[in-house]
Amino acid sequence: MSPEASGVDAVIDAVTAVFLVVGALMSLGAAVGLLRFPDLMSRMHAATKPQVLGLFLLLAAIGLQMRTWWVWPVLLVAWIFQLLTVPVSAHMVGRSGYRTKHGHRELLTKDELEAVVQRAAGDDST
Amino acid sequence: MKELVLVVTAVILSLAAVGAIVRIAIGPSLLDRVLASDVLLAILGAALAIDMAMNRHLNNLVLLVALAVIGFIGSVTFARFVADRRDHSNES
Repeated sequence: MSPEASGVDAVIDAVTAVFLVVGALMSLGAAVGLLRFPDLMSRMHAATKPQVLGLFLLLAAIGLQMRTWWVWPVLLVAWIFQLLTVPVSAHMVGRSGYRTKHGHRELLTKDELEAVVQRAAGDDST
Repeated sequence: MKELVLVVTAVILSLAAVGAIVRIAIGPSLLDRVLASDVLLAILGAALAIDMAMNRHLNNLVLLVALAVIGFIGSVTFARFVADRRDHSNES
């Protein structure tokens, strides 16, 4: 960002500033969610915020500031990689968290996984 | 403008990092700590991305992707490890 920016550059700089601040706020939202939510499952919901939407905003800001077309495919690959790995790791953490009874059962309105897990446990024992 | 954005994002990311570190410290279970350290890694990546955007270079892009790989492998490995131990203790 140059101080003498004008016209289109000023608009791009303003959009970049908004993207950067909102992307940083996603991290803060995740931290607040980590501190205030009651159990592992709801914390996991907040924790994926900075990794998907926040990273998208920050990478878009990089692309806007670089002013070259060839960075966009690189940034897109970096973001799609996050988009593929974040659900997998969240699924693994949630799966083991459920099976090791980390969630608060009384907070759930309906537990559709319980029958499946008990059937799987029964299959394992026989 | 540039300094203002840098200061604002630095303050926000510092507060977020403090929150994640507090959750790592007090987290009641191992999975909570794994989740919070994953968030801390994401905050580090956000700081790298902001540095790249403000100073117009791409030096940290490979490091950003490497951080994503490390966070992914770490979370999956810890989740597997915890699940295995607890399953065996439940069976016995």
